[in-house]
Amino acid sequence: MTSTAIPEGTDWAALLARTSFIELSARARAAALLDDGTARELCGPFDRIESPWLEPQGVVPESDDGVVVVKGELGGRPAVVIAIEQAFQGGGIGEVSGVKIAATLSLAARDNRDGTPTVAVLLLETGGVRLQEANLGLATVAEVCSALLELRALQPVVGVIAGALGCFGGMSIAAGLCTRLIMTRESRLGLDGPQVIESEAGIAEFDASDHTLIWSVDGGTQRTGTALADALVLDDVTAVRSAVIDAVGHGVPGRHRSQRIDELRALLEAVDPADPPEPADLAAVWANAVPPRGDRR
Amino acid sequence: MQTLNYEFPADSLSGRRAHVGVVGSGDLEILMIPEPTGVARVRVRTSVDGFDTVWRTVLERFFARHGVAGSFELNDFGATPGVVTLRLRQAVEEGRA
Repeated sequence: MTSTAIPEGTDWAALLARTSFIELSARARAAALLDDGTARELCGPFDRIESPWLEPQGVVPESDDGVVVVKGELGGRPAVVIAIEQAFQGGGIGEVSGVKIAATLSLAARDNRDGTPTVAVLLLETGGVRLQEANLGLATVAEVCSALLELRALQPVVGVIAGALGCFGGMSIAAGLCTRLIMTRESRLGLDGPQVIESEAGIAEFDASDHTLIWSVDGGTQRTGTALADALVLDDVTAVRSAVIDAVGHGVPGRHRSQRIDELRALLEAVDPADPPEPADLAAVWANAVPPRGDRR
Repeated sequence: MQTLNYEFPADSLSGRRAHVGVVGSGDLEILMIPEPTGVARVRVRTSVDGFDTVWRTVLERFFARHGVAGSFELNDFGATPGVVTLRLRQAVEEGRA
């Protein structure tokens, strides 16, 4: 890391004392977010709800199919955390893992209707749909989005993207639907990953080997700077937990980001694809694209 | 991918069931269920074919020392023998905790 990459005013003591969030396993991340002693895993490894599609294709399955569901309390409120394990198949979503997410969100919505106001937190470290289960994975992503829409009308659904793997593919749509989205500087968010864009549209469109370019477009700093995400936090357990509790505290907005079509359309219209602005200038371009922002965040 | 099954004599009991690790590059996941059967039953599913003998040696050595009876399911994604042994010890320790 060069000296220019270190933000001014960095609190070195805090930097050294922090406990990395993304270096924890999905199970440990979920537990770390919830209030001490309240975490209880649902559909855990010993329930053996693993993917039936991987072994026939010569891929070793995981006993939880890479998604960890933990119920508990968050700042004293009933909550459920859904954590994707990025080390297993790049966080890829298959039939089983997708259904675990969708069913959890649906059951949380049902709990809300039955009088238990449950919030949901999604830890979205994922490359999108798992290629070995392509069509089934895509179908479950649709179910995830549908369940997310059902729940977010009742209680906040907070998304967190903490790691450099980022959140891409179908699950980036789920990220876009979240009530609020929290990112770190290292994290990325995009519909198509850089490699996909390069192979489909050519290196002139997007150079997947240019990390500075990739992070200037997909990175957490840019996504929060252009209000496509809501909070930029340090990769630290306490910082992420505080940001999640803060996001939940904002409640359910009148209009979610994904419902503000008029504003999003104005943003698209402000960009000329033939002569796109530099990533660093995008926030300024977009600031002029929409009249005073009111409830943008 | 290859599935391997082994059995080793084992007489000690390690309290509770335990789950450790992840099916990620160079790592493995272990599901351990202690049972008073006098034998350790091990099923290995590994992404790397052709290491039957190495697996047998690593597991034989572990169960000769720790001898925990019960069922062990190992889902492996290219862990080295050292990592395998560490994860097995971690599972046994978590079972005692």
